[in-house]
Amino acid sequence: MKAAIVVFPGTNRERDMALALKRVTGTAPRMIWHHETDLSGLDLVVLPGGFSYGDYLRCGAMAAHSPVMGAVRAFAAKGGHILGVCNGFQILTESGLLPGALLRNANLRFLSQDCYLRVENAQTPFTRLWTKGDVFRTPLAHGDGNYTADAATLERLEGEGRVAFRYASATGHVQADDVASNPNGSLNSIAGVLSENNRICGMMPHPEDLVDPLMGGEDGLPLFKGLVEAVVR
Amino acid sequence: MGARPVANLNALRFGSPENPVTRRIIDGVVRGIGGYGNCVGVPTVGGEINFHPAYDGNPLVNAMTVGIARTDKIFLSAAAGVGNPVVYVGSRTGRDGIHGATMSSAEFDEDALSKRPTVQVGDPFIEKLLIEACLELMATDAIVAIQDMGAAGLTSSSVEMAGKGGVGIDLDLDAVPQREPGMTAYEMMLSESQERMLMVLRPDRTDVARKIFEKWELDFAIIGHLTETGHIVVRHNGQVEADIPLAPLADQAPIYDRPAIAPVPPAPLEPVHAPLSLDAMLLELVASPDLCSRSWVWNQYDSTVGGQTVRRPGAADAAIVRVDDTEIALAVTTDCTPRYCQADPKTGGAQAVAEAWRNITATGARPLAVTDNLNFANPEKPEIMGQFIAAIEGMAEACTVLDFPVVSGNVSLYNETRNPDGSTTAILPTPAIGGLGVLENVAQAIGLGMQDGKDVVLLGATQGALGQSIWLREILGREDGPPPPVDLAAERRNGDFVRTEILSGAITACHDLADGGILVGLAEMAMAGDVGCVIDSPDSGIRPEAFWFGEDQARYLACVDDGAALCARAAAAGIPARIIARSGGKDLILPSGVTISIARLKNAHETFFSCTDGRPLRQEKQKGERQHGNECHGAGNIHPRGVPGCSGQD
Repeated sequence: MKAAIVVFPGTNRERDMALALKRVTGTAPRMIWHHETDLSGLDLVVLPGGFSYGDYLRCGAMAAHSPVMGAVRAFAAKGGHILGVCNGFQILTESGLLPGALLRNANLRFLSQDCYLRVENAQTPFTRLWTKGDVFRTPLAHGDGNYTADAATLERLEGEGRVAFRYASATGHVQADDVASNPNGSLNSIAGVLSENNRICGMMPHPEDLVDPLMGGEDGLPLFKGLVEAVVR
Repeated sequence: MGARPVANLNALRFGSPENPVTRRIIDGVVRGIGGYGNCVGVPTVGGEINFHPAYDGNPLVNAMTVGIARTDKIFLSAAAGVGNPVVYVGSRTGRDGIHGATMSSAEFDEDALSKRPTVQVGDPFIEKLLIEACLELMATDAIVAIQDMGAAGLTSSSVEMAGKGGVGIDLDLDAVPQREPGMTAYEMMLSESQERMLMVLRPDRTDVARKIFEKWELDFAIIGHLTETGHIVVRHNGQVEADIPLAPLADQAPIYDRPAIAPVPPAPLEPVHAPLSLDAMLLELVASPDLCSRSWVWNQYDSTVGGQTVRRPGAADAAIVRVDDTEIALAVTTDCTPRYCQADPKTGGAQAVAEAWRNITATGARPLAVTDNLNFANPEKPEIMGQFIAAIEGMAEACTVLDFPVVSGNVSLYNETRNPDGSTTAILPTPAIGGLGVLENVAQAIGLGMQDGKDVVLLGATQGALGQSIWLREILGREDGPPPPVDLAAERRNGDFVRTEILSGAITACHDLADGGILVGLAEMAMAGDVGCVIDSPDSGIRPEAFWFGEDQARYLACVDDGAALCARAAAAGIPARIIARSGGKDLILPSGVTISIARLKNAHETFFSCTDGRPLRQEKQKGERQHGNECHGAGNIHPRGVPGCSGQD
């Protein structure tokens, strides 16, 4: 799998993502500065976490207009695989590649803690090593992760199986108004969503930070292993 | 210096929890640390918080950053090369922070609020760009010298760089990137606008450097050059605004010899008696401001960014961060017990160093170095100067015996508040210690969480020192007596033994004993590991409250498979040791047979910070009335509690 990580001014989780990708591919991913526009030869483009442009204006709003995003749109149109995590998810919604928006966390505070995700659709390149209903642990770290969408969009996402992950309890119970399991207050406890062709996934938590037993577990590893299998086939 | 920052820590002191403004100050400080640290992408992995009325008007926020540099690629600040360009990079210069350093070194009085404009306005986004741009530039050979513009901004950085290099410097302030028009030379030289660096570059590499800073969209300006005059010359609007010889500024500053009064050792604590049962006192202590869970705070700091955090806050006595691409890990901690320092500054200074050393040791790491943050009141008062001297003497003794050198530090004086009646309130002497240790093999790091089916061994001598203890303060409402004595030889012997036993694999979880003593230590291990224990009867000849809540130093609790064997090895090394508990289940079972569930302990432990209904963090205690927890009203909008996996037992 030829993977690349896009780096915007203010991106800060590109090294975490590179560690996770290297763990499954054996090679360091390419780092792409946001002024570059050549994405040829790539199987996967990752928009990592951070505070692109300091989160000024709105999280992800300015990065969505960076030169590289034109190339990312073209990459998406050709069926390329794109993963956006945290700020990367915000950039994907701001650039219209994924529906919905991320609001300030319901408690109006930055949240840094572990959460549990329930896999809602296992028929995607990002989730294929899980089974629907599987629960895994992952760190989250964000101030604006409260997913929202208008009623029609939400209905479509739910109807088409485009919710990839939901925040859940350790035992897989989903309850949107429970701050313990859905800490940022996301609508329908949505933690990750998919594009129509299932090849673009945006999610707020950080599976890339739980891919090594030393750091507390490998719960996030199936996402990256599955991606390698999906795009190499 | 060429290091990539890999970990942030802090040490915070706030006023009385009963003071209505304390909640607002904590909230603002935590948001400030999180807002900046989270954005620059450096994980905040550890810290400490104390409360005391002495900090009501003068809270302390001490920060520590640890970075990794190659020893052959360390950049220094001594300017060299007459004619070399002096380059300014980073944010533009504004009027913020003028006289900031002067303000932070003055007593706060009724005019304090008018000094707010002297506070600098930070921009973490620019700082992140500046970090990355500087590291990118440091991979080239362009830099001769570099220094950040901190206190007194352009003045101190230019004077210090030229002074250290023994050269002169000419500055043209017209070239300084400015945030607003009409700034005077005085304002520009004293501005403490943040996120700025001053560099001396090789002239033939100036364009390489300029391109890197243009890539990161940061200002880059050649604002002067080095000279052989030995003077700093400042030009602005075609006028020479200053022409001063550097040597007297850099090297001939006056050295103070202030009068000091040596602190008087406190009288011994007369016998005290427990007014409550052991279980009631334990529940009260784990809920108390200085001992309760800090998860509300650390859950607002990004502790995992970077992907190298092996032990997050609360999981071990020191945070563990791996060095990227190696098996080496760093163990980092901040420590100080100001109430000990107030009672006996020398013992308190030694204790702060010893506790940092113990916390690092308890993870299996080898203590390597100390940075300090010496916070004291007005040194012009002989008794304050006496505290300052004694604390440093205590620290120095501990650093020597423990082979724990102080490699850097910071001093903050005049931490006093003038009260409306003209009297002043001094902070407790607070020599905060940042400790750094190293593990050659990160896989050998251990945490503090209780593990199932183990013997829990108490290592180190227990005398039952209750003077200045949390128990004395929280249960009896008293702050008196001497702090626990610090026996540095015992610290060294016990700690070296514990570290050896961790690295051999015998000790699998470890917690140093500090605030709150043995019973609180056991409860903390149980909560962190979600595993309980059955506790032995002490049979020590010491009163129960002194045995269980005394704060004797140089002690550890250790989980091992074979407690008797560990005790035998300890005895051979001359270290008192005894099996104090057997782990298992979900309860703490006290020697009396009374059972406290971990769930109940956690409930008490987690309550203090979580109330967000706008009241003080804690209500005033009424005379004679015992406090029953800290009931939280308006719990519907509290920060999420009990999220699985976030309570530090990972």
